[in-house]
Amino acid sequence: MTAHFPILSVLLWLPIVGGLVVLAAGRVAPTSVRWLALLFSLVTFAVSLPLWTQFDTSTASMQFVENIPWISTFNVHYALGVDGIAMPLILLTTFMTVLVVIAGWEVIQYKLAQYMAAFLIMEGLMDGVFSATDGLLFYVLWEAMLIPMFIIIGVWGGPRRVYATIKFFLYTFLGSVFMLVAIIYMYVQSGSFDIQTFQQMPLGMTAQILIFVAFLLAFAVKVPMWPVHTWLPDAHVEAPTGGSVILAAILLKMGAYGFLRFSMPIAPDASQSLTWLIVALSLIAIIYIGFVAIVQADMKKLVAYSSVAHMGFVTLGFFLLFMIFGKTASVSGTAMGVEGGMIQMISHGFISGAMFLCVGVLYDRLHTREIKAYGGVINMMPAFAFFFVLFAMANCGLPGTSGFVGEWLVILTAMKANFWIAFGAAFTLFLGAAYSLWLVKRVLYGPVGNDHVADMKDISKREFLILGLCAIPVIVFGIWPAPLLDVMHASVMNLVHHVVQSKL
Amino acid sequence: MISLFDFLALSGALFAISVAGIFLNRKNVILLLMCIELMLLAVNFNFIAFSHYLNDLAGQVFVFFILTVAAAEAAIGLAIVVVVFRNRQSINVEELDTMKG
Amino acid sequence: MDQNLQTIFLIIVLAPLAAAAVVGLLMRFVPRAASHWLTIVGVGISCVLSLYVLWQMTFAGAGTENVTVYTWGIADGVHFQVGFLVDRLTALMISVVTFVSLMVHIYTIGYMHDDPGYKRFFSYISLFTFSMLMLVMSNNFLQLFFGWEAVGLVSYLLIGFWYTRPTAIYANLKAFLVNRVGDFGFLLGIALVLTYTGSLDYADVFAKAPALSGQTIQLFGAHVWAVPTVICILLFVGAMGKSAQVPLHVWLPDSMEGPTPISALIHAATMVTAGIFMVARMSPLFELSNTALSVVMVIGAITAFFMGLVGVVQNDIKRVIAYSTLSQLGYMTTALGASAYAAGIFHLMTHAFFKALLFLAAGSVIIAMHHEQDMRKMGGLRKYMPITYWTFVVGSLALIAFPGFSGFFSKDTIIDAVHESQRAGSGFAYWCVLLGAFVTALYTFRALFMTFHGKERFTIEAGHGHGHDDHGHHGLTHPPKESPWVVTLPLVMLAIPSVVIGWITCKAVLYGGYFGSAIYVSPSHHVMEKLGEEFHGSGAMVLASLTSPTLYIALAGVLVAWFCYIKRPELPGAIAQRSKFLYRMLANKFYFDEINAFFVAGGARALGTALWKGGDTAIIDGVLVDGSARSVRWFAGILRRYQSGYLYHYAFTMIIGLCALLGWLLLK
Repeated sequence: MTAHFPILSVLLWLPIVGGLVVLAAGRVAPTSVRWLALLFSLVTFAVSLPLWTQFDTSTASMQFVENIPWISTFNVHYALGVDGIAMPLILLTTFMTVLVVIAGWEVIQYKLAQYMAAFLIMEGLMDGVFSATDGLLFYVLWEAMLIPMFIIIGVWGGPRRVYATIKFFLYTFLGSVFMLVAIIYMYVQSGSFDIQTFQQMPLGMTAQILIFVAFLLAFAVKVPMWPVHTWLPDAHVEAPTGGSVILAAILLKMGAYGFLRFSMPIAPDASQSLTWLIVALSLIAIIYIGFVAIVQADMKKLVAYSSVAHMGFVTLGFFLLFMIFGKTASVSGTAMGVEGGMIQMISHGFISGAMFLCVGVLYDRLHTREIKAYGGVINMMPAFAFFFVLFAMANCGLPGTSGFVGEWLVILTAMKANFWIAFGAAFTLFLGAAYSLWLVKRVLYGPVGNDHVADMKDISKREFLILGLCAIPVIVFGIWPAPLLDVMHASVMNLVHHVVQSKL
Repeated sequence: MISLFDFLALSGALFAISVAGIFLNRKNVILLLMCIELMLLAVNFNFIAFSHYLNDLAGQVFVFFILTVAAAEAAIGLAIVVVVFRNRQSINVEELDTMKG
Repeated sequence: MDQNLQTIFLIIVLAPLAAAAVVGLLMRFVPRAASHWLTIVGVGISCVLSLYVLWQMTFAGAGTENVTVYTWGIADGVHFQVGFLVDRLTALMISVVTFVSLMVHIYTIGYMHDDPGYKRFFSYISLFTFSMLMLVMSNNFLQLFFGWEAVGLVSYLLIGFWYTRPTAIYANLKAFLVNRVGDFGFLLGIALVLTYTGSLDYADVFAKAPALSGQTIQLFGAHVWAVPTVICILLFVGAMGKSAQVPLHVWLPDSMEGPTPISALIHAATMVTAGIFMVARMSPLFELSNTALSVVMVIGAITAFFMGLVGVVQNDIKRVIAYSTLSQLGYMTTALGASAYAAGIFHLMTHAFFKALLFLAAGSVIIAMHHEQDMRKMGGLRKYMPITYWTFVVGSLALIAFPGFSGFFSKDTIIDAVHESQRAGSGFAYWCVLLGAFVTALYTFRALFMTFHGKERFTIEAGHGHGHDDHGHHGLTHPPKESPWVVTLPLVMLAIPSVVIGWITCKAVLYGGYFGSAIYVSPSHHVMEKLGEEFHGSGAMVLASLTSPTLYIALAGVLVAWFCYIKRPELPGAIAQRSKFLYRMLANKFYFDEINAFFVAGGARALGTALWKGGDTAIIDGVLVDGSARSVRWFAGILRRYQSGYLYHYAFTMIIGLCALLGWLLLK
């Protein structure tokens, strides 16, 4: 079955080919290419579904594997495969791309074909990043991904797009370079670029620390962790709605994914000794950024800051593992944090994506992101208000929405490590509610704010469709996260058992 | 009997003159081009002298290469100078500082 | 049998949810009348089945049911499940919740008759019923937390129901945030439970509870704390948020911005009692820690007395009842702190009936007064609204614990239990609840007299057009009239249990061991047993009250109210003039709102701005990010001076370089 059908390669190349086709077709039919783009994104999504249905949840090893030599001189392989950690992220990518294509439907007037093509190409590259099992392939795709994003923000962005793109590019690029050095170092040591080999190779403490720091620079920027997060609000504010959605929903996840795939298994001893650093940075992200989010006057900045705070839970959940292991010398209770972090990633993908789509809906009507310009929107847009309140509630982690699951698991795990870590993490309950619901209060509630608001029309069928599509997973995974947990369980357990073994 | 030293001294002198020409000339780009030609000439001189004394024809073959390149270079160089003059009404070296940082 | 009951539990929970979902999501397609019929039928089914379950549990001898509905998720070997634990405590709660909810549903037809958000309202209150049922029927902490937050969500939506009113949307945000502060502690408590017992299932946790008592945890420095104390105090912080105990009570008075039916349902009868219920449910944990119970008792006593005092100076009829609710919740909490869980739950039940009744009666008055809530503009309504008046009187008598009325049995028991208790803080608590009885009588009859008796202080404007839904407009177009039957029927239906429920059930619930294993009381905390020895039936209790101080204290309150508001109406103003400081403290509710607005809300915003402008913008962006860009530019600025643009400079540099290189090679 799938052994014969290279499903991951299709996921990698089909959208890229699709992007090129859309580009070419854009000359002939500048506006109807959106149907073509939709077709490609839907087909890609359909192709990605078997990843879930035919996934073997009982094993932690890579599945749907493909492996052919690429550059034999340096032992580089074109090697793809997914485990329970990568698979949900790929599905998230293919799903969100469909939404983004629909979200840009009538909104983008300028260079529509290029816009759609950029997102399709982006999708292929992102699928590739999550499925690459070769270090160099991973690096190439990781960097290649910057280009479409750079173009998306730089071409379709807001007034300060140049500053934002340069900041985005330099920040991420600077981090990635160190990752390349680390990958090459490990290649020199092991003679292979295979990630599995990296994970198994013994390394001294100094080497581990250096590798860990190098990876940390790359991943911390992507996640983003405090204090290298300031590119994110700028990039979000300037990016078009679709760009923000992909940025928040997928790109940020790559950093966190990198921690699971590289940092932790390759340098477990360094992770163990530097856990305090990551935990401290995560808590700063949760509390500090939470406070910062409260006072934002720009809706997109507010959501962007809330993303940083939520991603703090992801890294916190991952690294609590080491803290608990250091305290109890047993792996029991450690996997919950990692699973919580994973769920938080998936859920944040949907919720932050949806929040940015909501902001986009408002922006399309009033062409401003200033909170002050709104007020009483619910009077004009009741259906929109329903979704906005739903996603705001999910954003502040209300039980019954997916936003709750990750925070819940992480806080429960944090208590095992230390009371005060849980105490700090639990601040999100208050801060999340404060920034999300204060936003709701100022934008939605109250009497109609001004004449512009009075002219606002409720969401169209297309907008209803995209928000509704986001709402389904948010609610389903909120009341029944078991399927997600099952999918990742074997891989997470394998990871946990791997990382607690010293490599020294 | 003219010794190898004499040839080398002459070519060294030619080279020095051309370098001095490049440094000291502040007026005309054409002079610069001529100085470069002179420099190449000095190099050619060395090639021929060594070729003769070492009985190796390869040196003289090289001279032909250099002559060809020098001709091409002069042609392109003059063409550029013509264009520069057309655009700026001047080929004064002092004024050509668009590469200033 | 078991299978049957399981199905019944599911139906009880899902019927309101289904109705809420249909009405809420298909709002555009559901006709107006169908919206109330659907939800009433949904809640009605729940109510009937709940009563059936109660009957099964009480008389048919059905045992405790602990069933799992589905597995929410398995993380790291911990099974998070959604399921029901139904014992007599739960059965009692679901019966109260669904009954009051049903009454409120019917009442709403009349109260919200002209509101454009009619369908939305029904959808919300049904959703609330579902959430509350999930909370009380839960058999594990996860679902408890779900229900806990879900009722908070619906409360948020309903307080802000009239979303164009700035006060309403301020109040709902405040309510949610204050509750979140409570949930902060609650969640930490749950996390500690999981850490120390490895499970979130009630049955497992309670089974392992005794093993907790010896364990300690280090929090600040070297001092160690007993684990049960920490867990219970944290859980109680959650209860303080939800059940509005000082200092997390600030949201409840403001929540009166919501429509009156929800004030009755959510902010009097059900949601705010969730904290009380939770503490009773967790009695096996709380019994392990005397410290925690002392904290509970003292906080409850403070709330009971001081919030009652504030009620005395309020002029908004709903706010008076709101402060009364705070005070009564304080009584329940004090009872819990005295290990008299049964008394706390008993008061919860009687309070649910008579307080819902009072709120709904107040709502009836508000309809008649065209949404005027200020009691200074009412008076003499007795003759216009007889049914409302008499039901209000019944509610008031129950509230002040007049012998024979339901509130009497519960409240007197609480006061006696606190008296019996030997726990640290019980002396203070006893005085608070005793004096609270006076205050309760005072504000209750003050409200009664100001609203229904005395001179008519409203004007009737003749010849004015129909300003029917013109809120906040002072003159009435026609004399106030009695509300329609959909409004008065629930009043009567609630008045009946307000009178009789105490008399009937007192013996069984308080002393008959009705709750069985649902509530655990450590043998050393035998307050209720002691009271039980002196108990000889409801009638005897009524007779005994004639010789106890409580009755006379309450009567004194009634008398003072009569004197000040009927006999000498100018007196209160004069007293307020005399004791300015006291009056100002009370009128400003002890300045809790001001302190919160300034320190908490203002502090959070100031901190956020400081971190944003100072941390992110100035330091990270200004110094690190743009700073590194600037330093590159500065360095390049120095280098560019060496780019003169003159060919001969470059050539010269090359020659010099060449010479230097050759020289180095020669000299090496």
